Amino acid sequence: MADHVDVSQGLPAEPHRATLEGKNKFLAMWCFLTGETIMFATFFGTFLGLRHQTAGGPALADLVALPLVFFMTMLLLTSSLTSVLGILAMKKNNFKAMRNYFVITVLLGFGFIGCEIYEFYHYYHAGLGYTTSAFASSFYTLVGLHGFHVLFGLGWIITLLSRYWNAGVTLTNAHKFYAASLYWHFIDVIWVFIFTVVYLLAAGGA
Amino acid sequence: MATAAATQTKNKSVLWDWLTTVDHKKLAVLYLIAGTLFFVKAGVMAVLIRIQLMTAENDLISGQVFNELITMHGTIMLFLAATPLLFGFMNFAIPLQIGARDVALPFINALGFWIFFFGGLLLSMSWFFGGGADAGWTAYVPLSTREFTGSGMDFYALGLQVSGFGTLISGINFIVTIINMRAPGMTMMRMPLFCWTGLIMSILIVVAFTPLAAGLALLMLDRLFMGQFFIPDYGGNAILWAHIFWIFGHPEVYILIMPAFGIISEVVPAFSRKRLFGYSAMVFAVILIAFLSFMVWVHHMFTIGIGPITNSVFALATMTIAVPTGIKIFNWLFTMWGGKITFNTAMLCASSFVPTFVLGGITGVMLSMAPVDYLYHDTYFVVAHFHYVIIGGIVFGLIAGLHYWYPKMFGHMLNETLGKITFWLLYIGFHLTFFIQHILGLIGMQRRIYTYMSGQGLETMNMVSTIGSFVMSAAIILLVVNIVYSAFTSERITVRDPWDARTLEWSTPTPIPEYNFAQIPQVRSLDPWFYEKVHGDGKMKPSEPLKDIHMPNGSILPFLMALGLFIWGFGMVMINMDVPTVVTGIVIAVGFIMTFGTMVLHSKEDHGYYIPLERVKKIEKEVG
Repeated sequence: MADHVDVSQGLPAEPHRATLEGKNKFLAMWCFLTGETIMFATFFGTFLGLRHQTAGGPALADLVALPLVFFMTMLLLTSSLTSVLGILAMKKNNFKAMRNYFVITVLLGFGFIGCEIYEFYHYYHAGLGYTTSAFASSFYTLVGLHGFHVLFGLGWIITLLSRYWNAGVTLTNAHKFYAASLYWHFIDVIWVFIFTVVYLLAAGGA
Repeated sequence: MATAAATQTKNKSVLWDWLTTVDHKKLAVLYLIAGTLFFVKAGVMAVLIRIQLMTAENDLISGQVFNELITMHGTIMLFLAATPLLFGFMNFAIPLQIGARDVALPFINALGFWIFFFGGLLLSMSWFFGGGADAGWTAYVPLSTREFTGSGMDFYALGLQVSGFGTLISGINFIVTIINMRAPGMTMMRMPLFCWTGLIMSILIVVAFTPLAAGLALLMLDRLFMGQFFIPDYGGNAILWAHIFWIFGHPEVYILIMPAFGIISEVVPAFSRKRLFGYSAMVFAVILIAFLSFMVWVHHMFTIGIGPITNSVFALATMTIAVPTGIKIFNWLFTMWGGKITFNTAMLCASSFVPTFVLGGITGVMLSMAPVDYLYHDTYFVVAHFHYVIIGGIVFGLIAGLHYWYPKMFGHMLNETLGKITFWLLYIGFHLTFFIQHILGLIGMQRRIYTYMSGQGLETMNMVSTIGSFVMSAAIILLVVNIVYSAFTSERITVRDPWDARTLEWSTPTPIPEYNFAQIPQVRSLDPWFYEKVHGDGKMKPSEPLKDIHMPNGSILPFLMALGLFIWGFGMVMINMDVPTVVTGIVIAVGFIMTFGTMVLHSKEDHGYYIPLERVKKIEKEVG
């Protein structure tokens, strides 16, 4: 489908949407994220409904270490920034810069996952098992599902990076990097909501 | 190179070709076959249910098996029969009606089919491992929790999770196809109504199947990993499930009825020889119905005790839906009004759809009145209501669509005499089975009971209902006979347009070449094919010169990816079975690696192939 685009003068300004295939994947990705939003909304609703049901077990307010969660938030927000910079580099046809930015994104993502594993480990040993209470189940499910999304996003970006390590920006890979970065932003937005609804509400005593 | 690729496609074996196909026309046939198999399976269950209820205190089937039968009947009919059958027609007709060579994402299209299929298979596996799911298709907690039900509900949670994901990605694919792949001149307000309803249905899938996915995940976590979402002892909440399920469940019935509305809106104008009355009002009505469908879920929960204010709000919202639905009903009537109507099988189904569906709609409005709902709730009145909507709406729509598109899909007509007998048997059998269930419900027969006492005045009406279900079965058997009989005896069709119809799919040659349109047509009006027959020279104006045609390559990866999900799901169910943890872990890991491994393999670029111009010209000469 790339045959309709004239690339003799260099890549077009928006290489990820220059081909019909790119346009289709772009729209499909947005539709998919719409569905994901609704799915997360359901988990948020479940959490909000059950967050006071601690059944005698620990509540989040007893456990949460806000500085750690703040650090995790910064890691994820920064990784979102680097993926934006990566996409900007892609639009300027600067593949090397894009690659570097995405590598930083991946490293920050792994940093986030590491903190989350530490956090869960800590909570578990403080007496908050998955089966302790309805609150515990809904907390681990919501935050854990987000963690799984981060892992999936990491696997996605790593696959793309290793597949195209020396390929340069082309009309057939630009939309793939763009879709991965959209997904990454989505993860970041979900985390902002988790930070507010799960952690800040608990720390603020609401 | 292009020639080599083109000849390569010829040498594939038939089986490999169907396993790897990404052609929307072939996937449509796969959807129809898979949907029909599930339909027959769930239909047999329905007949068994009716035989059990034929006489009072019947002991043919135990209460446990009866529960499994009603659960699997409902679940399979909605998720694995109606949805894929509708997807079959959407897959076939939508790309043709908007003048496209294929769907936007052919790979995702194939993936969606195989994931749905393997999800259905996973659900069906439950029969071999301790019995089917048995908590009703709504799977209300606490009945469906680990305490009260066996592995059947694990298969339910995992099987629907998998097949639901397939449905979701197919829905996304249809949205992108309809928005991005329209031919030049095919504006949104020139699209056939079937495309509009397909678009709205797909949007509903994206926003309704995802809460279901979340709910099923919660149920699975509760059952397999001892989660506490729905167990009151540890603070869980049983009403939560009902909310999540119906936030999905109510839009689900609109997901199913929308494309059926679309089929009716294609068949009625074609056989009334008039354009659809009130096209823009019809579009507006489907959008409004879709919007309202998310505002009414509590009407399934009136008796749960949420309170009179909430109940009133949801009752009013529910009644509001009657307005856009009424617009549609009158527009179909006005389309037929004064038309030159041909009553063949498709039109018989389409025109009888209107009064039947109205009956289901009226009982719907009755049920929406919260105070009286306490009387109707969980009785056969509800059973009668939703079967009027689902059989009277969707099944008649499907059979109308089958007879309408059959010549284009398979190159020959279905036998009309057999078709008409099928219709009358189905129509009479359907009303015989279900009309009387309204009365059964009003005199107090509950849903989901596996037997009843004699001397309560229920015997005669149940007997009538069961006889009706035999007549319906005869109709379905006759339909299958008709398909086989017609395949051997019907004349091959070589004309483009056997019905003298209106939309773009009838402008393609029969049989349709794999690229659909040698030149993408230029659309100049609503009902573009009819416009060209009246105002043009009877041919579509091309919007591009003849040239090499780009086609996507087939791929076995969708099949493998879906198989991986099936293995993963089966491994998850094994957690609750009596097998060593290591074995369970290995099965889960194999499925997981298979699914994600094929995703990694899929990241390799595949640019498809070109059908060279000479070959296109040769094919066009043959079919033209």
